[in-house]
Amino acid sequence: MISQLNGQLGLAYAFVEREIALSKRYWAWELVWLVYGIVTSLSVAYIGLAAPAIAGGAADTAAVSRFVLYLLVGTITWRFLGLIFEQMGETIAWERWEGTIEYTFMAPVPRLTHLLGMCGATLVRAIGFSVAILAAVTLFIPVDLSRANPASALVLLATGAVAFIGLAIGSAVFPLLWTEKGLQMAYIVQAVVLLVSGVYYPTSVLPGWMQALSVVSPATYVIHGMRAALLDGADVGAVWPDLWPALVVGAVSIPLGLRLFLLAERHAKRTGRLKRSG
Amino acid sequence: MAIQVREADGTSEVKIESGVAALEARAVRKVFSGARAVSGGGTTVRAVDDVSLVVRRGEIYGLLGANGSGKSTLIRVFSTLLEPDHGEVSIFGLDVARDELAVKRLINRVSVEASFFKKLSAMENLVYAGRLYGLAPETSRPKIAAILRRLGIETKRMSEPLEKLSRGMQQKVAIARAFLTAPMLLLLDEPTTGLDIRSKREVQTFVRDLRDSHDATILLTTHDLDEAARLADRIGILHQGRLVAEGTAGELAARHGGSSLEDVFMTATGRRIEEADEPERTDKA
Repeated sequence: MISQLNGQLGLAYAFVEREIALSKRYWAWELVWLVYGIVTSLSVAYIGLAAPAIAGGAADTAAVSRFVLYLLVGTITWRFLGLIFEQMGETIAWERWEGTIEYTFMAPVPRLTHLLGMCGATLVRAIGFSVAILAAVTLFIPVDLSRANPASALVLLATGAVAFIGLAIGSAVFPLLWTEKGLQMAYIVQAVVLLVSGVYYPTSVLPGWMQALSVVSPATYVIHGMRAALLDGADVGAVWPDLWPALVVGAVSIPLGLRLFLLAERHAKRTGRLKRSG
Repeated sequence: MAIQVREADGTSEVKIESGVAALEARAVRKVFSGARAVSGGGTTVRAVDDVSLVVRRGEIYGLLGANGSGKSTLIRVFSTLLEPDHGEVSIFGLDVARDELAVKRLINRVSVEASFFKKLSAMENLVYAGRLYGLAPETSRPKIAAILRRLGIETKRMSEPLEKLSRGMQQKVAIARAFLTAPMLLLLDEPTTGLDIRSKREVQTFVRDLRDSHDATILLTTHDLDEAARLADRIGILHQGRLVAEGTAGELAARHGGSSLEDVFMTATGRRIEEADEPERTDKA
């Protein structure tokens, strides 16, 4: 049993090692995405700093500082979750373009192991990027984390990652089935999740139908809980109302995403879509 | 009889009945439909039409056909990448659909395109491929270096990005990838197309050595008549998705007349191999 588990972990690690090797070879592009992430996060933070001037009113320093942190928590948490979401789909599309998709799907690797390996690689990248962006932003903007509860934040991030892995596996179905338009469809889904999840604003400002969508997005709960943990120092018990819905989404979305992926793979094999396109 | 196959956690056995064929296809049919799948749109194409064939263990079987004759479709069915609409395929007695994971452990494939992560080196690509078949890097690295050297690739080139290697060298790396996993059945889909004469000969010699020294069975598709005659123990001729002739080169010559495989091909199909096949099309109802 343990040797089998080790064996599957070894197989899954193949995908992590491959992605690390690819990141080294494409280091210039990684640098571009990192700079892009830092710049967008900084821009959002500066909007927060400039809010009193833009609104034409006055605000005390503490309120502005809180608003900046509110925005930063949203943007960096979204950067973390969004990377998990988009990289799964991009990896499938990338393999099509390189022509390696046939060899990956022909290899004697159970699909669950394959997908978990890809998720592992995605998590390594998402954690690296998020930490680097947070570190870079703190060099430019004073961030007050004196009341933060890091333990709650880490639990929420871990839960959010699990919940997003299910969504990411589900969204990877698009590039698996549609060689050209699949990745575009996955980006549209990601954009809608961004809109309804309260990344930059409370979901209460959204129209009713968008609020209904926000209920099924795990990002809504993770970002709300992260703000409670980092702005108000909420402990794990206090963020439980945000934690359990994200856990439920994860518990449902991972098996559902996997099932969808297996069905899509079967369909791709029936219709001849499991092939290179580059 | 049992065959040892490498699992992720070491080795395990797959029970193979004595005397079982390396590959057996029974009445395999594959039709593609829809505007996107068929140039011109609105029709269905019968890419493989009721093909039955047996490849014996240790044999090199050459599947000869013009472009569009259904060779690659058939190879994709055998390599678990495409589900047939009708018929069954078994590899060493294991059903390709029901025992997919076990079948995958027994086969590997070399396609006409080398298909690698082009920015990664040959060594990085092959270490990754080895991991997918349960080979740890400390085991695979020396093995990879030995195979690549055997194929004429210098040590210093093994760590260069693959995009910097010539088409011929990339194809050799693709063959090394398949060889690394020690497949019982190797599916070679036009492995020498586009190679210069020297590279083509090196690959052909390697293929024969692979069969002779490693107990591998090889199914080779080609539209190169010389290659089929030089390498294959038996030859099947595929035309418009149908297997229209099969036998040794001598048997084919005796049955269809003519002194060369080219004559046999013309008699069996009514056309020259350079002419692309037009698979049977039907209008969608």
